[in-house]
Amino acid sequence: MTLTYEDVIAKYEPVLGLEVHVELNTHSKMFCGCSTDFGGEPNTQTCPVCLGMPGALPVVNEKAIESSILIGLALNCSIAPFSRFSRKNYFYPDMPKNFQISQYDEPICVNGYLDVEIDTEEGIKKFRVEIERVHMEEDTGKSLHVGGATGRIHGADYSLLDYNRAGIPLVEIVTKIVPGTGKYAPEVAKAYVAQLRDILRSLGVSDVRMEQGSLRCDANVSLRLIGAEQLGTRSETKNVNSLRSVERAVRGEMIRHAELLNKGERVVQETRHFQEDTGLTRSGRSKEQAEDYRYFPEPDLVPVAPDAAWIEKLRESLPEHPSLRRARLQEQWAVPDKEMAAMLNADALDIVEETVLLGADPTRARGWWLGEISRIANESGVAIVELAITPKDVAQIVALVAKGDLTDKLARQVVEGVIAGEGTPQQVIDSRGLKVVSDESALMAAIERAIAAQPETAEKIRNGHIPAAGALIGAVMKDTKGQADAARVRELLLAHLGQPNTINP
Amino acid sequence: MSQLSRSDVANLARLARIDMTDAELDHLATEMDVILAAVARVQEVATPEIAPTSHPIPIHNVTRPDVVSASLTPEAALSGAPAQEDNRFRVPQILGEEA
Amino acid sequence: MITRSAHEMSAAMVKGEVTSEQLTQLHLNRISAVDQQVHAFLHVDTEGALAQARAVDAARSSGEKVGPLAGVPLALKDVMVQKGIPTTAGSKILEGWRPPYDSTVVSKLKTAGVVILGKTNMDEFAMGSSTENSAYGPTHNPWDLTRIPGGSGGGSSASLAAFEAPLAIGTDTGGSIRQPAAVTGTVGVKPTYGGVSRYGLIAFSSSLDQAGPCARTVLDAALLHEVIAGHDAHDATSINAPVPEVVKAARSGDVKGMKIGVVKELNGDGYQAGVRSRFEESLELLAKAGAEIVEVSCPNFEYALAAYYLIAPSECSSNLARFDAMRYGIRVGDEGAASAESVMNLTREVGFGREVKRRIILGTYALSSGYFDAYYGSAQKVRTLIMQDFTKAFASADVLVSPTCPTTAFKIGEKANDPLAMYLNDIATIPVNMAGIGGMSLPCGLAPEDGLPVGFQIMAPAMQDQRMYSVGAALEAALLTQWGSPLLSKIPALAGSK
Repeated sequence: MTLTYEDVIAKYEPVLGLEVHVELNTHSKMFCGCSTDFGGEPNTQTCPVCLGMPGALPVVNEKAIESSILIGLALNCSIAPFSRFSRKNYFYPDMPKNFQISQYDEPICVNGYLDVEIDTEEGIKKFRVEIERVHMEEDTGKSLHVGGATGRIHGADYSLLDYNRAGIPLVEIVTKIVPGTGKYAPEVAKAYVAQLRDILRSLGVSDVRMEQGSLRCDANVSLRLIGAEQLGTRSETKNVNSLRSVERAVRGEMIRHAELLNKGERVVQETRHFQEDTGLTRSGRSKEQAEDYRYFPEPDLVPVAPDAAWIEKLRESLPEHPSLRRARLQEQWAVPDKEMAAMLNADALDIVEETVLLGADPTRARGWWLGEISRIANESGVAIVELAITPKDVAQIVALVAKGDLTDKLARQVVEGVIAGEGTPQQVIDSRGLKVVSDESALMAAIERAIAAQPETAEKIRNGHIPAAGALIGAVMKDTKGQADAARVRELLLAHLGQPNTINP
Repeated sequence: MSQLSRSDVANLARLARIDMTDAELDHLATEMDVILAAVARVQEVATPEIAPTSHPIPIHNVTRPDVVSASLTPEAALSGAPAQEDNRFRVPQILGEEA
Repeated sequence: MITRSAHEMSAAMVKGEVTSEQLTQLHLNRISAVDQQVHAFLHVDTEGALAQARAVDAARSSGEKVGPLAGVPLALKDVMVQKGIPTTAGSKILEGWRPPYDSTVVSKLKTAGVVILGKTNMDEFAMGSSTENSAYGPTHNPWDLTRIPGGSGGGSSASLAAFEAPLAIGTDTGGSIRQPAAVTGTVGVKPTYGGVSRYGLIAFSSSLDQAGPCARTVLDAALLHEVIAGHDAHDATSINAPVPEVVKAARSGDVKGMKIGVVKELNGDGYQAGVRSRFEESLELLAKAGAEIVEVSCPNFEYALAAYYLIAPSECSSNLARFDAMRYGIRVGDEGAASAESVMNLTREVGFGREVKRRIILGTYALSSGYFDAYYGSAQKVRTLIMQDFTKAFASADVLVSPTCPTTAFKIGEKANDPLAMYLNDIATIPVNMAGIGGMSLPCGLAPEDGLPVGFQIMAPAMQDQRMYSVGAALEAALLTQWGSPLLSKIPALAGSK
């Protein structure tokens, strides 16, 4: 029998650990001058260094070090006065040297924290996620598995390797274990990754596009009986490529662990892969014997020893911290707590701010993004940022409504059209012929037609039965294909039938 | 006393990705014993208070500016490839963990 | 002409007595005539060398300013990457590989107009002291073809002694430039670590490897040293400082008032009698030239060999991981449903020789969890102790000296099955690499008992490479006066030579 989430949290306490890999957005790779542009033709962004050719040597990208220090500072870490690169030795065809240059016992940043907030039925709750380390390393190449049914590694006949991604700078941010989140573990995990992503974006050090893999999360989950001291065995779930998946993966693993534990079985310490379609995890191929990475200091590189002046210079360049920014925007836009939380949950803060900066009224901008646009996004199961509508489009639509060129109803159709890929708001208006009918003679002609079609209704209104006006207004709106301003139609209709306009629409 | 058994050497060969016959493993296990006995002398003087040296010349913070330089052409990059297809390196099926 | 020094050849070209093309052709002819016996070369780039030579001749005749070694031929150790030219590092695993790029040393040689004749034989991946570990067969010592020419750079040293080239490039991780120089009666210099870029040098042990000049005279070595040295942005361990003035030092050869420290631990028991007597005589000559001879003690040197045979294998186990049959080099066993892993395993089994496998396994062990501190970690501490010994010694001496090797050249095959005996060859050269300082070997005579060359080693503090050249030039001049002609004039003629 499948356990419910409630069953799990009634008995067990989850303990989280999160490892986030961030691809930095430097122009060139970590150890060579090859471009880091995404999506290039295979093996066009490679050189002797990132192909691991005999004789080639790495040299560290200065910007990558600075970005790592910025990340550490933004996460309240100590910056190590002396830090080194090490070699992590293991064989894999996507890793050209068969070792990864990484940082082992001397990472660049240590001991930080990030406070995350989540919105719960009990109000806003705050959790402190402690950061163990931030370190630099290099990405691997990409393999394409050919043959076999699934395009997956298993059952493939052979693989094709593209090393464009090999050597792209990565920063790995590792939390300490996060106990005490209780039933909120999935939300805390998601909120941590979301807030981390906001910080990274505000620092300008990464594109943080989860769908392109420039931000990747591994979620470690273990359970212990409530009140127990000892930690349970953890699983490490990889391949978690969206915020929503982070939450689903943690929840799913909690349930899976609890089912095993309830049956008296053991949780295996292993790597698991998140399946986007099912929301479940699948076991990675378990290794027969444990790897021994044989770390040792990378002899081709010299230590990184940032002095105080360098660190201070970087500290001064830090942008406004996202939590401060959130507080500022909430106040400036006068957003109630609940709605602020909804906006954060929908990951809409940046996009709303952009829309506001383009001249839209904050309340209107928020209304569109969290209303109609979110509805469409939910229906199609994507994030609002992935829709083909931009802050610029929304700002234009808000302006057109304000000017009276569009009604709210028409504006919704424009939004739909833009999202459907019909072009800019103006193009949608033109091609769909969406225009407020403000020509009063045209409106009057429509009103006359409605009265002629429903004489008894008109008579009722003349006799003071104002609620009957709705039917005629509806007919006029239908006649004008919704392009009339309903309030104005009402005014004109009642005046025409000699009645006062008593109800404000 | 023998320090390394055949299976120890086999495990090292596995880590180092070198196929070895049992005869080779046995031979190497014997040789390793002799060599390890000789090199273990370092432990006589390597006391805890001595700092290790990994770089003979003590320099630090050697970096390059974040500037893109010319890459190889795919033809040059793949010029030594034992097998290739569509400008990619073609390799036998990978029996590993899915990356 | 081919027995002259590089410096003399250059002068002849300046005077118009010979063109670079003629000079290059003479050396190519010599290689054709004698290299079947010596086997110094793995690849001869006849067309490329002649083209380079013609380009230098054209530049010179059009009045362009060319460098002091422009047009002089050179033999390149096969561990150094040269674009488009087969580069194997003496290993089967790289058979047929033509690199798509030039090493920094090769770029500098090309810029200086030095003509690269071809690639020389070496112990596989520079692991060895005899060149017997080459996958392509051993090189023979021109002094006695039944003997080893040293290693790992035996091809480079033999090519000099056989007059196949006046200049060569070597690399020295534990003595691979100096020991071959010693046993072939030639000059070899390991510069300060970081003095010459390692970019494009196929790594054996990254923290120890250093490329350097090989020649028949101290001045030639200095001229070549200045061509290849200097800061390189592609090598993070390259020293960003002016190149020591080694040519000036080699020209002056002045040792008056210099203190020369004889390292007590690098002499005595285990050193061949003839090696010791030639060494002692050389000290007397230096004293006569105005140097003060003092004795210094470096007690931790006795641990150097052990530490070296942990650090070098550890680093090589990682450096050689890239040879996996995926991107370049040979591929073995890619049949049917073979996996990448099994192809890697088979290729590395077939592609690597015994000594390389031995060191990879040793290094894998020394780095593995649970053993790291006891082996690699302890070896790095010994490295600190050796550096401290040098620092103390250099406080009382400007340079340190010793015989380069305990013995003269041994017979091919004599030590092939005894790795530890083979490793002992490097006992006097290894401390220099451990400390990253400079070392030179120059010939100081023939051992009376076997008539084979003896090497004299000079060690200088980091970035004080010029001191080795001052002392080397002084000793070379004094020996030349004593002998009347260079040592190599006594080398037996090879069959086929005119």
